[in-house]
Amino acid sequence: MNKHLAFLTPLLVFSILVGYFAIGLTKDPSKLPNMLAGQPVPEFTLAGLQGRDDEGFKNTDLLGDVTLVNVFGSWCEACRVEHPFLMEIKQKNLIPIHAIDWREVDSKAGPLWLKKNGDPYTLVGDDPKSKAAISFGVTGAPETFLVDKKGIIRFKHVGPINKQVWQSTLEPLIVRLNKESRS
Amino acid sequence: MDPALEARARHISKGLRCLVCQNQSIDDSDASLAKDLRVLVRERITAGDSNDQVEAYVVSRYGDFVLLKPPFNMTTLVLWLSPLLLFICGTIAIIVFFRRKKKATTTSTPAPLPLTDAEKKRVTELLMEGDQ
Repeated sequence: MNKHLAFLTPLLVFSILVGYFAIGLTKDPSKLPNMLAGQPVPEFTLAGLQGRDDEGFKNTDLLGDVTLVNVFGSWCEACRVEHPFLMEIKQKNLIPIHAIDWREVDSKAGPLWLKKNGDPYTLVGDDPKSKAAISFGVTGAPETFLVDKKGIIRFKHVGPINKQVWQSTLEPLIVRLNKESRS
Repeated sequence: MDPALEARARHISKGLRCLVCQNQSIDDSDASLAKDLRVLVRERITAGDSNDQVEAYVVSRYGDFVLLKPPFNMTTLVLWLSPLLLFICGTIAIIVFFRRKKKATTTSTPAPLPLTDAEKKRVTELLMEGDQ
């Protein structure tokens, strides 16, 4: 082996490691992969919220239409930021928004919060013990799942939905999924 | 809960990452999601799941990242094999280094050749000059 090359080897290995770690640093460890992408929504049956018309929310409700499933909680600050935009989406009548009311300490807190901030949801399930949330792989609120007509999870958005996310990602995807057949 | 099952639950919980405070296990964490995950682990154990089945379920929801000890698979191949690889490279480097050194001492400095007749004569001349 060339003597110069032998001296350069440690430098080369070091450079490779630096490159490797530099790429690693740009990644956000709190962003987990969506393990459920392309899979049917997990089975769940949740009771409804007090004062709402629906009887609750279960996985079979998600068959037939392209839907959004929003995970929120009255304790969640980012949800308060997101909420007005969900109200706007409801106005567009493009897609039904269902919700999982996650980890309410008091079962009255969710309904009260919706009364105050507006209620954009079609069906809402109460999930105080994270039963549904864990099966969806939820790590924090808000998280929103886009479900196709066959009940398959196609996309997950972590964090509040805003105009930018809606226009660049969600709306085009919804329009495309709406064109797919039901069977 | 049966102490044996509880011990298993604790063991599994220590290996699962809390998704809220990511460098704690769910066994250590006070986060509410960690609490619900601990409950889930116990429920599944009570329902008859093996330790691996419980872990596989949580991984199916949250991905490999949830395991505090990374599993051995295609994406972690470099991670697990690099120490072994570096060890082998180091060993080879040391062997090569010492072999060369040995070779250098035995071959590159051969024993001095005996003086030729002409040289012997010259030496004698020089010595004689010194005497005078």
